[in-house]
Order: sequence, then C-alpha cells, then structure tokens
Amino acid sequence: MTASQLPQRSARVLTKRVSGREGFKINWWLTALMLVASLTVLLPLYFTVAMALKTPDQIGTGTGLAWPNPLNWENFAAAYVATNFPRAFMSTAFVTVFSVLGSLACSSLVAYAIARNWNHRFFRGAFVYLLSAMFIPFPVIILPLIKQTALLGLDNPAGVVFLHVLGGISFNALLYIAFVRSIPVELEESARMDGATTWQVFRKIIFPLLAPMNATVGIFAFLGSWNDFLLPQMMIADPALQTLPVVQMLFQGEFNTNYSLAFASYLMAMAPTLVVYILAQRWVLSGVMRGAVK
Amino acid sequence: MTTTSTVAKAGPSPEGPAETNVRRSPRRIDPTYYWMVVPVLALFAFFITLPALVGVFFSLTNYAGYGDWKFIGLSNYVNIFRDPAILQSYIFTFVFALTTTVVVNIVALAIALGLNAKIKWRTGIRTVFFIPMVLSALVVSFVFNYLFSNTLPVLAERFGLTPLATSILANENLAWLAIVLVTVWQAAPGATIIYLAGLQSVPAEVYEAADVDGAGSFRQFLSLTLPLILGYLVINVILGFKGFLGTYEIIVGLTGGGPGMATQSVAMRIFSGFTGGDYSYQMANAVIYFLITLLISVIQLRLIQRRGVSL
Repeated sequence: MTASQLPQRSARVLTKRVSGREGFKINWWLTALMLVASLTVLLPLYFTVAMALKTPDQIGTGTGLAWPNPLNWENFAAAYVATNFPRAFMSTAFVTVFSVLGSLACSSLVAYAIARNWNHRFFRGAFVYLLSAMFIPFPVIILPLIKQTALLGLDNPAGVVFLHVLGGISFNALLYIAFVRSIPVELEESARMDGATTWQVFRKIIFPLLAPMNATVGIFAFLGSWNDFLLPQMMIADPALQTLPVVQMLFQGEFNTNYSLAFASYLMAMAPTLVVYILAQRWVLSGVMRGAVK
Repeated sequence: MTTTSTVAKAGPSPEGPAETNVRRSPRRIDPTYYWMVVPVLALFAFFITLPALVGVFFSLTNYAGYGDWKFIGLSNYVNIFRDPAILQSYIFTFVFALTTTVVVNIVALAIALGLNAKIKWRTGIRTVFFIPMVLSALVVSFVFNYLFSNTLPVLAERFGLTPLATSILANENLAWLAIVLVTVWQAAPGATIIYLAGLQSVPAEVYEAADVDGAGSFRQFLSLTLPLILGYLVINVILGFKGFLGTYEIIVGLTGGGPGMATQSVAMRIFSGFTGGDYSYQMANAVIYFLITLLISVIQLRLIQRRGVSL
C-alpha cells in the first residue's frame, strides 16, 4: 500500500522543492527547449500518420512530410484486408493476454512461497536458481529452444506464452518478493486461525494486497508481449498465426511497392499500445517507475 | 509518516516466526508452498536451463542442424577466433553498444533534468517523451527506414547536401549511425525513468545549501547532482550496454545486416545458425557471447554492491 503512494508523494515533494527554490518562476527558455526536443518524438509519429493517409500518387517522389489533401482513408481498409489484420490482432491479443495472466499468477505465487519460507534452504535455492535466467540472454538458448518447442508441438502462440512467462519470471519474482516482505505476517495469521488454507490466504489476502506490483508486472508483460518480435518470429511456424510485428515484416515485399498501405498497417500495429498508454499513462508511468527503482 | 514507520517495523518480523518454526521442525512446511514453486521450477528447468545445456553440448559437435553428428571437441571455438566474419560482427556490436550507451545516457540525463526542472506543461511533455517506450521497435525501424532512405535524400538534395543525397542505410560506413539513432530514440525513455527516480532521491536541502553558497546551476549539477545520482548512472550504463549487445530488431528493420555484412550483430549471426547449416558453430558463438555477458553481469554486481544501490 505504502509503496503505491511513494512515487506520487515523492513527485509532490519534488514540485514543492523546485517551486520553493525558484519561487514559482517557470523557466520559459527550458520549456521552449523541451518543446522543440519533443518534436524528435512527434515528427516520426506525424510522418507515419501523414503517410498512412496518402495515395501512392501523393507520395510520389516527395519527402513524405507534407499533409495530404484530400485524405485517403481507404488505406486502412486495404491494409486491414491485405495483412489479414483481424487474425494477426487476435493472435497478438492471445499471446499478450495469456502472458500477462501467466506472469501475474506464476510470479506472485513463486514470490509468495519463497518470501514466506526464506529460512528454508529449498526455497532460497529456488530463488537463486530462478535468478540465473537474468544472466542467460535469449540469443544463447534460442536455437535449441526452437528445436525443442517444435518437437513438442509448441511452435505456435501458446509456446510463445510459455516463454514470455518463464523468461520474465526472475525479474517479476524479484519485484514481488520485495513487496511480499513488506506485508506483515500477522495479517495472514488471523485468517489461518479462522481455518483458511495457504491457497485461500494467498488468493483472498496476499494477491489483492499486491495490487501495485500487479500493475507494474502487468504493464511490463503487456508491452513486452505485444511488441515482441524475436520469439514469435523464431517460434511460430505457421505464418497465419503470426503476431502483428512479425506480420509487418512478412509483408515487406508487398509494402515496398505500396508505401501508403505499409504505413497504414504500421499505424494499426502501433495503435493499441499507444492508445493504452495515452489512456492509462498515470498508471503506466508510476508502474514502470516502481519497476525501475527496484 | 506513521504508515512508513509501521511498515519499517513490520519488515523484519516475517523472519521471526518463520525462524522459530524452522527451528522447531525443519521439515514441517505447508506442502502448499511446494505446489506453488515446484511446477514453475520444472517448467523453467525444461524451457530455459535444458536448451542452454543442450546448446553447450552441441557446440562440441559438428551438428549442422539436421542429420548425423559427432564430437569434434573445441574445434568450433578455435575456428571462431579465426573467422573474420564473426570477429567483424563482434567489433560492430561492441562499437555500436558503446556508442549507443554513451549517447542514450547523455540524452536521457538531459531529458530527465529538463523534466525535473520548473517547466510549463510538464505532464504533457513527459507523456510525449515516453511514447517510444510503448511502441514496437521493429515497426518504428520500418518508419525510420523510409525516412532515411527516401525523405532524407530528397531533403538533402533540395538543400544541396550531396553527401547525404543517397540513403545512409546503403552506405557501408554510415549505416551503423542510423541504427544508433533509432536505438537511442527507442531506449532513451527507459533510461530517463531511472534518472528521474535518481533526481527525485536527492534531498531539497542539498540544493538550498548550494544556493546559499552561491553555486551556479552548472556547478550544482557537476558537484552535487552528478555524484548523488552516480549509482543510477552505473545501473543505466551497465543495463544499457548489456541490452545493446543483443541488438536485433532495429537492425532487421533498418538494414537487415547490410550493406554487405557491415551491420551484422552477434545476435543476428547466432540466429543465422538456424538456417545456415552451421548450427553447432553458431552454438559455440552463443556460448562465447554468453560468457561475455556473464562477465559484464559480474562487473555489474560488483559495482552495485560497492555503490550500495539495490537493483
């Protein structure tokens, strides 16, 4: 609970400090500088939107930076059909939803068991063992891994889910363990007196209390799964089941002759995370911040 | 204030009862706890540890990815050190990772300082700066690919800058700079967040004292801010460097490793073992790559321990 309030509180302290120092004086030069600097982010985005709304004729041999007139909305419909967007979207959504749920469930369970039995050799050993994954980069295991998953019939989005959950478990468990330790055991003991099992204690008491960390882990898992390219590209054998980023890659040949179609497709692939970020940015930023400080 | 102190007091208490419990009967742990951990450990061993061991095993063979194989000892490793293409990929990857780490950290620190200062529309500006973090690196690279190969040459021609009139992605000596640029664009927000956390950990009194002593803002940055956030800088540099060594997506989206093999990273080389028929050879390459990242991780742990920064 307290950890969730920390970022906001420190942010408030910070504003107070700066305003106290500068006497509420806004630094307009710096504001102007930051606005200009933010164009480095906004220009490529503007460019993507402008390109997605042009006809091939309007693109011609120009820079592509001009705003099109008239706007050509048909590109989106064309890209939707050409890349079979609904299928790629469903595949990506499948991978993302189950990776997020799997990461939340597995990491929090493991972290709870380890944090509450820290004095036991088995659980401490399990912790050290899981941490080892942080030292093994994916390129090192990827070749044998692909052979193995193909052998098991996991060369599909479900296999990618397994790897997303297991690959993230060391970092996520680390975040959770620190948080579980701050939850007093007394909270559980009274429930146990009333006859609750360990499962019930976890589900009814611990998991809800982990809410701030659930947000952090969920956000990392969401962004990581939705945007992942390496694992789906390497693991998923059937192109029809590929995720959105890989589909952009698969259609490069077709896109090279029709850039407006390509950019409409790029924009549709970018939109979901962008919309989620804009709508929930306060949670996203404080969640990521919590992960970063750890 | 009260909440923090109770939590701080309650912090060590989980160990109290657990300890007495263990002393009383070491084996009497609720089996449910094992059910929570063992299945995940088993899957982890199967999907992460097993492939790593299988990889090390095949790096000692001449397995091509299919068909028969036999042990050939360390020949793969010996050959790698004699292979100019592999050496070239390591040189490219290290130069790229070093350059990117330096640029990312300068940019991220500048943005963090700007966001931390008294500026107007702070929330809105912050929102914009963190957008690259949520976008797919591959899709972003495709967008930049067009900018580099079409927009930039057209603009350069208009302004009479002939050296830039051809795509820099097609230039053997300049293509890697485009990759650095897009990687910085993508990675700066993550580093900025860590710096922001660092800047917020500096107590206000420190600056007030400096104000009283008449220190200018640049002097304050060098003598106060920078030493106080050094731990965060160390984390950013090492995490960044380790991440950039594995660079893959952005290169796929920009150059595909070309022109020629000028921008082929170590990760791309390793992945080529899947289709190139040199499976065991690339596995040896992967083992060497692993040892290098392991060395960096050890340095990271050492530095962090000395600085007392938790990660």
